[in-house]
Amino acid sequence: MRSVGPYPMTLDALPILQAATIDQVEGADPVAVRMRAMGLRSGREVMVVRRSRLGGPLQIRVGSTDLIIRPREARLIRIRLSR
Amino acid sequence: MSHCAAVSEPPRAGEAAGDIATHQRVAIVGMPNTGKSTFFNRLTGARARIGNWPGVTVDLLSARVLLGGDVVEVVDLPGAYDLHGYSDDERVVRHFLERNRVNLIVVIAGATQLDRQLALPLQLKDLGLPMVLLLNMQDEAQKLGIQIETAVLTRELGIPVVLMSAKYGLGYANATRALEQALRGTSPRQADSAALAADDSLEARLEDLVYKGVHVPVQLSEGLTARLDRALLHPWLGLPLFLVAMWLVFQAVYTVGTPLQDGVAWVLEQIKVGLLEPVTAAAPAPLRSFLLDGLYDGVGTVASFLPILLLFFLLMGLVEDSGYLARAAFLMDAFMARLGLDGRSFVMQLMGFGCNVPALMGTRVMRSRGLRLLTMLTIPFSLCSARLQVFVFLTAAIFSPRTAPLALFSLYLLSFAVSFLTAFLYRRRLVNDEPLLLELPPYRAPTLRQMGLRAWQEVSHFLRKATAFIVLGVVLVWFLTHYPFDAIPAGPATLAGRLADWAQPVFAPLGFDSLLSVSLLFGFVAKEVVLGAMAVIYGAGEGSLSGIMAERLDPLQAYSFMLFVLLYTPCLSTVATLRQESRSWGFTALAVAWPLAVAWLASFAFYQGARALLGT
Repeated sequence: MRSVGPYPMTLDALPILQAATIDQVEGADPVAVRMRAMGLRSGREVMVVRRSRLGGPLQIRVGSTDLIIRPREARLIRIRLSR
Repeated sequence: MSHCAAVSEPPRAGEAAGDIATHQRVAIVGMPNTGKSTFFNRLTGARARIGNWPGVTVDLLSARVLLGGDVVEVVDLPGAYDLHGYSDDERVVRHFLERNRVNLIVVIAGATQLDRQLALPLQLKDLGLPMVLLLNMQDEAQKLGIQIETAVLTRELGIPVVLMSAKYGLGYANATRALEQALRGTSPRQADSAALAADDSLEARLEDLVYKGVHVPVQLSEGLTARLDRALLHPWLGLPLFLVAMWLVFQAVYTVGTPLQDGVAWVLEQIKVGLLEPVTAAAPAPLRSFLLDGLYDGVGTVASFLPILLLFFLLMGLVEDSGYLARAAFLMDAFMARLGLDGRSFVMQLMGFGCNVPALMGTRVMRSRGLRLLTMLTIPFSLCSARLQVFVFLTAAIFSPRTAPLALFSLYLLSFAVSFLTAFLYRRRLVNDEPLLLELPPYRAPTLRQMGLRAWQEVSHFLRKATAFIVLGVVLVWFLTHYPFDAIPAGPATLAGRLADWAQPVFAPLGFDSLLSVSLLFGFVAKEVVLGAMAVIYGAGEGSLSGIMAERLDPLQAYSFMLFVLLYTPCLSTVATLRQESRSWGFTALAVAWPLAVAWLASFAFYQGARALLGT
């Protein structure tokens, strides 16, 4: 999609199977705490494995864990594309 | 929903808090999907029971086992990602550790996901209690090429670390030995609850620990899970495949379970005719009638339904433990979100097809009260196995072998439809403000032993919970239908006959005869009593009951009756659970009244509509 490098981008826009690094997790505290507990922390590698139909959730992979997350929450995760 | 299907029992004196000094206590903690319950089952066998604990409003499984020559009480705490109490389950873990003394904490972590699971032992370490870390699913980690240096982890964490596979028993002896050693010389202690506060340095410590002790290959090998998911999570094929899978489960229960059920009924009838009738010949008539027509026929009718229940739990356990239910949440979330629910609500509704009670308890993982209550309002419409028993019996008795499965299938569809409609109508009053964030575990093939143990646990919990209800219900029905003793059983002169007359104006427009409506009144106690009640009311054993029903009911009346049984007020255990989980009488009243209104309207609309269409 867009250019490689420190371009501002959020997880919901990441193309499928493209590796990226988490920059920062925004959002209110309980959501951010839960995301961190499930492995979504800055500096970690992340990718989108698949999207479901009709604006449904994304399947993402952080380390060796697969998670289901809705686009609205994925938008809280700022990422950089990995080289 | 590994946390069992039981309604809470009142605490017994000295059970939980009172006898602290007399024995040792071990708490098992771990994130969800780590095989925590598998380990617990292996450690305790099938001896676990439900207990109440200070500071915790829910039931926890515990068992006493012999470890290193001492009797040790092992408590299985719910799965928790951390101790900050984001979900109800996590609050339970936290409150338990704050309020109960323990000798040892056993942390179970999945060996394939240590990059985040080691966060839990790091947090727990600050409690200042003796601890053992068991790295489960060693077999899966090996397959993925993940190397774990237990010696390094032991050194860094300062606690024993053991690799094992709870499922296959690999390294299990080492694990129990580590537990015995760690327990030696300990006394029950209170956790240092200051340690339960949020910890900012945790992430850095976690990264450091993982870097030193865990080596993950750069590219994880493309496993079976990825290949299966390509089909099962396919944008268009995923959902149809899931519905086919569920249909196969229900079909298997129907085709394998029904002959088994007939077999049990036949054996019970032989015992009655060959043994019990001659033995009780000398007893006074009312007593004999009570024992044979009341207790034996009623309870026997319900007992013949156990094979179906066991089969259902066996197959649902297979679907649940395989990791497929999380996929269902993924597939259904977009649709459920429009109803104000989320993918998990759909999974809970499906669990409700086994029994509504564990499904209601399963909603504890939801944090938003609105989402939780809305899901709890929809679950009682799930066609549970107790209702299934009534439907299997009635469809077999009244419809042809070709149309019976269709009638049953339509009831399943309706069960979903009414659940969805309910959520849609109440979504603005019970608002969901919780984001969906869910783990998708890799597919796992449960072992036969594991499935059998689980199914047995579910059935025995169900029996313990339901037996008293059922016996009481059956005895009550027998009394109402046989008192006064000189009247014709279930005739108009008996208490039941008078009750039926009183209820007739309400039920006549639905096509129910007066005797049938009496059995409904007792279905409120437990839906599995409906059949037992009918057997007693019509004065028949299981075998002759279907003949009588076929004579008395035409297909329209039967279907109207089934509609009502499907939708009306949930059984007493479900109501008790609704109250216990919602802690609100207002919500409980709504959850009782709404289904009753829907049931009456649906049966009325169907029966009168069909009669008008057919011109009869």
